[in-house]
Amino acid sequence: MGTFHKDKGELHGVTVVVDTKGPKVFIGRCWEEDAEKIVLLDADEFEDGKNGHSKEEYIRQAAKVGVWKKHDRIIVPRVVVASVTRLGEISPT
Amino acid sequence: MRYDPNLVRPMRAELTSLGFQELLSPEDVDGFMAERTGTALVVVNSVCGCAAGMARPGVNLALQQGPRPDRLGTVFAGMEEDAVARARSYFGGYPPSSPSLALFRDGELVHFVPRHQIEGRMAIDVANDLIKALEEHCAPVT
Repeated sequence: MGTFHKDKGELHGVTVVVDTKGPKVFIGRCWEEDAEKIVLLDADEFEDGKNGHSKEEYIRQAAKVGVWKKHDRIIVPRVVVASVTRLGEISPT
Repeated sequence: MRYDPNLVRPMRAELTSLGFQELLSPEDVDGFMAERTGTALVVVNSVCGCAAGMARPGVNLALQQGPRPDRLGTVFAGMEEDAVARARSYFGGYPPSSPSLALFRDGELVHFVPRHQIEGRMAIDVANDLIKALEEHCAPVT
């Protein structure tokens, strides 16, 4: 059984790490993506250095346990996106 | 938001047919968790096709091939939210995630599989990981 919304791209419904060209990184369930934006649901955001942790440390911890959402829905403009990675593909160690 | 009961009925049945006890209220969850001896698997079921659609058959395969936990319970995200919230209160520091799998031994959480570790994987892969956990925590002591 696959996603119920096949028109929204292969990442629809998948928890992804959206790293930006700046200090912020977002992790959430991809709703849709296009050339202009990525829309995440139940998303958390983190800023490099927050609480003494790097982006990489935050992402590894998220890969281990998941994230506590800060946003029901957030739109990340494609122009600020450096990479999009499935959280499940990131090693937690 | 609650889903159409007719939509979720077969998704519930995929687990209840394996012997899972449906936990429909916080009291059901507390009653299930009150038994602290032995092992228990709790599945947070959901309608998500890309994750739960692999989680349920993965659990099925794992229970056919691995040691079976003493007790099986399930809550359904998006349906009985009070029961789901109570179940999650037993999941330690893990953020809410559905579908997800939680394995307990003697009342302690010993293995947790969040949604992102199910998404995009085949049922057999979900099963193999769960079998490892079942073998580690549920195998009879010899």
